[in-house]
Amino acid sequence: MTAGATAAAPIMALQGVARSFGGIRAVDDCSFEVQPGLITGLIGPNGAGKTTVFNLITGFLSAEHGSIQFQGRELLGLPPHEVERLGVVRTFQHLRLWGKMTVLENVLLGCRTPAGESVLSLFLRPGAVRAEEARAHSRAMEVLEIFGLAARAREFAEDLAYPEQKLLSMARIFATDAPVLLLDEPTSGLDGESLQRIMPIVRRLVDHGKTVLLIEHNMDLISELADQVVFLHQGRVLAAGGPAKITRDPALTEIYFGA
Amino acid sequence: MTAYLAHFLVMVAIYSILALSLNLLIGFSGIFSLAHAAIYGIGAYASALAALKLGVGFWGGMAIAAAVGALASALVAIPSLRVAGDYYVVASFGLQVVMLAVFMNWTDLTNGHAGLPGIPRPNLLGWSIDQPFEYVFLAGFFALLTWAICRRLTDSAFGRVLQAIRDDEIAAQAMGKNVVLVKIVVACISSALGATAGSLYAHYITYINPSSFALHESIFIATLVILGGSERLTGPVIGAFVLLAIPEALKFLAIPDAVAAPMRQIIYGALLVLFMLVRPEGILGRARARPR
Repeated sequence: MTAGATAAAPIMALQGVARSFGGIRAVDDCSFEVQPGLITGLIGPNGAGKTTVFNLITGFLSAEHGSIQFQGRELLGLPPHEVERLGVVRTFQHLRLWGKMTVLENVLLGCRTPAGESVLSLFLRPGAVRAEEARAHSRAMEVLEIFGLAARAREFAEDLAYPEQKLLSMARIFATDAPVLLLDEPTSGLDGESLQRIMPIVRRLVDHGKTVLLIEHNMDLISELADQVVFLHQGRVLAAGGPAKITRDPALTEIYFGA
Repeated sequence: MTAYLAHFLVMVAIYSILALSLNLLIGFSGIFSLAHAAIYGIGAYASALAALKLGVGFWGGMAIAAAVGALASALVAIPSLRVAGDYYVVASFGLQVVMLAVFMNWTDLTNGHAGLPGIPRPNLLGWSIDQPFEYVFLAGFFALLTWAICRRLTDSAFGRVLQAIRDDEIAAQAMGKNVVLVKIVVACISSALGATAGSLYAHYITYINPSSFALHESIFIATLVILGGSERLTGPVIGAFVLLAIPEALKFLAIPDAVAAPMRQIIYGALLVLFMLVRPEGILGRARARPR
């Protein structure tokens, strides 16, 4: 770990994580920490391994080496649904919303409904199921309020405009109550006006007690979005620290814009 | 005439159970199965054998049928549903072929082609249900029960997860859903319900043989689901009603049997093609947003 504000104990720490595809080392001896209650930005040129890191953390890919500690638990080797249960949940660059389901249903799928998802309790504990479903509904509406989508609750996700779909992809993971949210390019494909709508919402996630790790492509936005920046290049962490330090480093900007 | 109508209604009820239960997989989970006739057969044979060899009554036989059906499905589902995608179609096709071979060739148990005669009629608290119209109520009751169970399953958080898995499995995993487990559970439920239809059939006709549970029967049940409309709960019931009515209607035309049988297959095939082209969502159509 290079210099940076490491006052608090990290909520998540990657240590020497490696993963290759054929002969290409997509992620190579990658180590960094995520501090609780902050937004950490993962930046780097195309092919730096940012999304691969997300896939490794969330169990969609297996790592060849290393360790990913989250609140004292090893995440590597767990299937995606168990990573989510422990409290790390992600969005996708291509959103992967359930387009033929309503906005509300997309968020309800993030809410905890163990009784309603268990076949036995559906038939044996109908009262508990009903109460849980009612709680999930009010929670989902609360979440939609936070993301400014409450008025769209009954519409199909596929009928939303793109910026709203992006908000929905964040809303549904917010609803899970997982403390760590991984956002894969929350600002990509947005115009200036939509950025002004979405960036404050991302910033405010920490006010709701969330820790955020996000992938950002835009060097100019990273200082506005992130408290900490991890610069990834060819699967390795080249530098980590405050955004001002990273964005002003001529060697890094050279890598980012050069070649 | 009443007996004739009663028989028609009993068969509609039995096929409604088959189609409703298969639609849990095809329509609500996006898992295509070609083994539903095998499951139907497993239910029929399990229930018939329990009655003939062990003296178990209709109710116990039906419970055994459901358990054996679920078990057979689990054996196929556990290895094949771990892998995403269309492996289940192939695996279920395998189950269909293997089970038919078992029905035909395990002669000590199933009596092969000759089948199992003398299956007793159900007995409800000392009242033997042997009139067709009485059986309408029994089969109708189970069709309604199946409908209610499917409705409970699909109109719930569990149903939401099924739909999420059907539409985007990766997203469902990322959102903490144990996709493999849910798929195995729904495959077992679908088979348990499908097997009860076999039990109803065996105790109704009182005689079963392998020809009722062949591959074309699996395709027929899938056709009921697709023609009726797989996106809606009652779609398969409409499908069962319409497709069972067609051969009955043909009987009123003066067509010799030798022509009527292939004619029926031609009509089913033509209908399937026509619907795929003109109305892929089936007779009942597409489910839109449910305001709640």
